[in-house]
Amino acid sequence: MMREITNEELTELLILVQAQYGYDFTGYATSSIKRRVLRFLQLANVTLYDLKYHITNDPDFFIWFKQSLTVNVTEMFRDPHFYRKLREVVIPVLATYPVIKIWHAGCATGEEPFSMAILLHEAGLLDRARIYATDLNDANLQKAATGIIPLPAMKHYIANYQMTGGTADFADYYTARYDNAIIHNELRRNIIFSQHNLVTDYVFNEFQLICCRNVLIYFNRDLQNHVTDLFCRSMAPLGFLALGTKESLLFSEQRNKFEVVSLKDKIFRLKNDQAKC
Amino acid sequence: MTRPNADIVVIGGSSGSIPVLIKILDGIPAGFSIPVVIVVHRLKNVDSDLKAILGSRHTITEPEDKEPVLNGHIYLAPQNYHLLVEEDRTFSLDYSELINFSRPSIDVTFAGVADIYKERSIGIVLSGSNKDGAEGLQAIIAAGGMGVVQDPLSAEYTIMPEAAIAMNTAAMVLTPSNIITTIFSIPGNRQTM
Ligand SMILES: C[S@@+](CC[C@H](N)C(=O)[O-])C[C@H]1O[C@@H](n2cnc3c(N)ncnc32)[C@H](O)[C@@H]1O
Repeated sequence: MMREITNEELTELLILVQAQYGYDFTGYATSSIKRRVLRFLQLANVTLYDLKYHITNDPDFFIWFKQSLTVNVTEMFRDPHFYRKLREVVIPVLATYPVIKIWHAGCATGEEPFSMAILLHEAGLLDRARIYATDLNDANLQKAATGIIPLPAMKHYIANYQMTGGTADFADYYTARYDNAIIHNELRRNIIFSQHNLVTDYVFNEFQLICCRNVLIYFNRDLQNHVTDLFCRSMAPLGFLALGTKESLLFSEQRNKFEVVSLKDKIFRLKNDQAKC
Repeated sequence: MTRPNADIVVIGGSSGSIPVLIKILDGIPAGFSIPVVIVVHRLKNVDSDLKAILGSRHTITEPEDKEPVLNGHIYLAPQNYHLLVEEDRTFSLDYSELINFSRPSIDVTFAGVADIYKERSIGIVLSGSNKDGAEGLQAIIAAGGMGVVQDPLSAEYTIMPEAAIAMNTAAMVLTPSNIITTIFSIPGNRQTM
């Protein structure tokens, strides 16, 4: 088993990937991307030398590698408290817009936008909402587009849902088939899944709410600043930005552009004078 | 045995480690200035007041992503994330797969600290009923740092300390009181700043 790679070896590998395929992972947090690479070496049972050889010569191998580099774990109504805050504080503001535009950046396999759709549905707003759900990873997006979630996981999400203050019968939101739950089509109709790389892609619309949860932790500080700036420029005046529970704007260059809506739930709002930063 | 100054102490514990941690924290002198990072296995949604339990005498913080690792601070790895350290001595959090059935995993934090702090790191493995920590301690010792294991005779659960000792013949085996006197009273670690 390979226990170590040096920072130089890591950089060399990431530059090779960038040069050959255009995916730029060089701004990812060194400590965690290193762990991802080591884990892949173990999984694929190859040496670093083999890895570079395969990446250079085999695009399919690269796809597998790329897919394993990102952490794709997600849940419906992850951190129920956060969703409760959305219901109480953010959704009532969104309700004042004729068209509601929300961006889930780094949506993984879709559990987060599905949860958002349920909140909007319960607030009677889903019909005039557009939920843009983007991710770097095609396999995640393909899975998200099916609307399928394993049934055992769904059981756990029911508890999450109830903790958000949800009172509907959760089972009404999906159809169970064998070991899977399929989220109802009406809930997914206004979700648009598409590929978007936060590192290299640009502003593509303007949103009143951007959710980017548990994605920035994988980036180093410079890249975090770059992405937060992208969010600022993708935001409607007085737009909301929601991050993961352990993520903070405190250490970012853009901290002064936002006011805190909930420190605990990591919900921020673009200040009045920062319209179009 | 004389030790050079260290820049960080990491402590890993599982079942049966809380009373030991409380004892160790109580024994940390006020002038102890290097960062102490604690990684404890917790049941999901249980012990969420661990920070309060441990923090009767000291302020303990659960770091957020990219928070700087500061001298004189005691940190507790947040529930459900692996805790890592970056080259610029800031914390990074990582929500990837469980390691040794655990997240946070002691191995992950110890190996990360070894990578950054090298010979200036001290790792301490306490009571527990899982093998997490053994490999991490190996990484610290391999990087030239100091490895310490709670004496299994003093531990409520022995699997973890025994696994750490089995993998690390160079580790010092100490009772909780000796951990306090040996590690937390190293003159070089008490420099005030
Ligand atoms: C841990 S998941 C977070 C999922 C969800 N937001 C949540 O909190 O449950 C991180 C996601 O970020 C995506 N990601 C990583 N780098 C990205 C990038 N450069 N651009 C867009 N998405 C990225 C990964 O593919 C993965 O799906």
